[in-house]
Amino acid sequence: MKILAAMSGGVDSAVATARAVEAGHDVTGVHLALSRMPGLFRSGSRGCCTVEDSLDARRAAGMLGIPFYVWDFSEQFTEAVVDDFIAEYAAGRTPNPCMRCNERIKFAALLDKAIDLGFDAVVTGHYANVTMAVDGTPELHRASAWAKDQSYVLGVLTTDQLRHAMFPLGDTPSKTLVREEAERRGLSVANKPDSHDICFIPEGDTRDWLAERIPMESGDIVDTDGKVLGHHDGAQAFTVGQRKGLGLGVPSADGRPRFVLAVKPATNEVVVGVKEDLDIAEIAGERFSWAGNDPIASGIAEPTSDGFTEFACEVQIRAHADPVPAVAFARGGEVVVVPDEPLNGVATGQTAVVYVGTRVLGQFTIDRTVSATAVLH
Amino acid sequence: MAYFDYAATSPMPDPVIDAWTSAVHQRGNASATHRDGQKSRLLWEEGRDKIAAAIGALPFDVTLTGSGTEAINLAIKGLFWGRNQTSEDNRNAPPLLRPRILTTEAEHHATLDAVHWLVEAEGALVDFVRVDEQGTVDLADLAAKLGDDVALFTTLWVNNEVGTIQPVADMVALADSAGVPVHLDAVAALGYTPIDFAHSGLAALSVSAHKAGGPVGVGALAVSRSWSIVPLIHGGSQQRLRSGSLDAAGVYAAGVAAELATADLASKVERLAALRDRLQNGILESVPGAVLRGSHTNRSPGNVHITVPGLDSVSALFLFDEAGHAVSAGSACQAGVQSPSHVLRAMGVDDSEGPLRFTLGAGTTEDDIDAVLDILPAIVARATH
Repeated sequence: MKILAAMSGGVDSAVATARAVEAGHDVTGVHLALSRMPGLFRSGSRGCCTVEDSLDARRAAGMLGIPFYVWDFSEQFTEAVVDDFIAEYAAGRTPNPCMRCNERIKFAALLDKAIDLGFDAVVTGHYANVTMAVDGTPELHRASAWAKDQSYVLGVLTTDQLRHAMFPLGDTPSKTLVREEAERRGLSVANKPDSHDICFIPEGDTRDWLAERIPMESGDIVDTDGKVLGHHDGAQAFTVGQRKGLGLGVPSADGRPRFVLAVKPATNEVVVGVKEDLDIAEIAGERFSWAGNDPIASGIAEPTSDGFTEFACEVQIRAHADPVPAVAFARGGEVVVVPDEPLNGVATGQTAVVYVGTRVLGQFTIDRTVSATAVLH
Repeated sequence: MAYFDYAATSPMPDPVIDAWTSAVHQRGNASATHRDGQKSRLLWEEGRDKIAAAIGALPFDVTLTGSGTEAINLAIKGLFWGRNQTSEDNRNAPPLLRPRILTTEAEHHATLDAVHWLVEAEGALVDFVRVDEQGTVDLADLAAKLGDDVALFTTLWVNNEVGTIQPVADMVALADSAGVPVHLDAVAALGYTPIDFAHSGLAALSVSAHKAGGPVGVGALAVSRSWSIVPLIHGGSQQRLRSGSLDAAGVYAAGVAAELATADLASKVERLAALRDRLQNGILESVPGAVLRGSHTNRSPGNVHITVPGLDSVSALFLFDEAGHAVSAGSACQAGVQSPSHVLRAMGVDDSEGPLRFTLGAGTTEDDIDAVLDILPAIVARATH
């Protein structure tokens, strides 16, 4: 196959590319320039947008003997990922920018361009597996190494996107083996540190970064009864579930720590409460997609007049959260998930990925939650 | 498998490679007094003589540098400092005598960034002389902007992106009447248009060996003795205006290249112009909406620059590359990222016009032209949205 390898400059995508070359594919490497700050140099371990990263990717492609290009997606990235990130925070929600990047850039803008230019598929260094259902529809599964599994951030891919996606690292038991393989192949990025942070926030301080971009006003920190407990410099800098940095000063009456329960940009309030008040009994969203066959076509749910019947699943609400047993169903245009035990610290704007076993069934953006304790009015 | 990126760098002809590889066998620092050093010195001087001859300058007026960019920096900063020097030990004491620099927005980044640095670090003021829609300097605007407070006027002899040849004699005459020195970046001119520095009235002129079949790493600045230039690089004073060990092999090879590139230049220009016209006419006939950029009358015989509405240059370059042809979009890139061309913007061309630059040289053949014309319409169609 004619393959376009998305090379970030990190060790994972370099090894994934090497494996695609070794498998006999006709591979071309491409580094996506996503930053509007091309002069930026890497500080610490973060980033996939710096000059050094693009040079690392170029070097790896050179070692593998494949052609390599840098394609500028900074305009689309700024619009679809960065501006979206800011807008979501401004609206009091907590988005996942890596997911948006996969959805709108790597497996959309890049994939479209690849197909236009005659490529069959895009390779990335994500840890996940794509298999085929009996009817030939692709399925997305967790990586063999669950600790490195990145299927969550790929949960947003659709059937068509999966048909053109290739994840050669999906069956690798550990990251250590990937680094060893890079070393063995003579790739200079073998010992390059992992990136953990949001690539477009160079200093790694999301709150400071947002404060420069969202007009913030000081306001009140209140409890669930509306009683003022303290003040903040801008509600949008807070995230549901956050405990540190509330600056309440005095211990709470019961001596228990307080957590952010809700961010309300409309009233510029941050609502806090005890840990149990974070418990969520139900999550739902109208913006959903299926990675491969939908629950009905997969034979695990029956159609209803306005959705489908419930089925047992697991739900994961953050990239590094544990999956939680749940039931899912669809009704009135939204997908609803009811976890067996309440979920803790769910923010609207987050993505819920629904799994059945190792398979990623699909995802939705959480736009409605039901509190287990019904403290929020 | 054609190469259409001579303006980025040109392949070295065999005689140049032979000259270079034979010269590197000579041991000895060209500034040393022993016989080994003297032999190295001779190679360096022979190279400089040939470079000087190729641009019509006296050998001693030519300073060899490590690149065309360095030559341009030396010219612009050195002239600026020289023009603002009130005494030997009183350089650039505020207020500056002549703070203004005249240039255009269609320059190579070597010029734009050097001027920008002078503005930021040294308090220079920049005035951009207008270029017209074909990239030609507007002489009336130049005349209006000249004045006693102008340190220098610097522009391209041949625009590296769109191939426009500037009206050098007219520009120099205007500047001369205002007492303003002129530096020309002639990097894209060497081997493509006759250069006679000694009779040009120019204060300074920069060239680069690797754009004319020489090695990367050798640039040259010719400076008229009428003007004072302050050096950029200090060290062993190996040259009057530039310190650093003399690159005997590189300069020798550069000299051989410059000599080759300018020998019987008129017939070379004629041959290239015919190939250029074949390419540009072929493109204009086969690609709907294609526009030839740069001057239609005074253009480099080695440059065909077109834009096509809605063309994604990055995709087109990929498809050309995949087919084995090295083509460029012409604009500067950082870490491999193509940015919209500041040259086209200065000429008033909209960003939605996708550029393609084909630059020709000594090795370009009719077959190369026909091969690229053969696949070009399909590539443009595929890369246009």
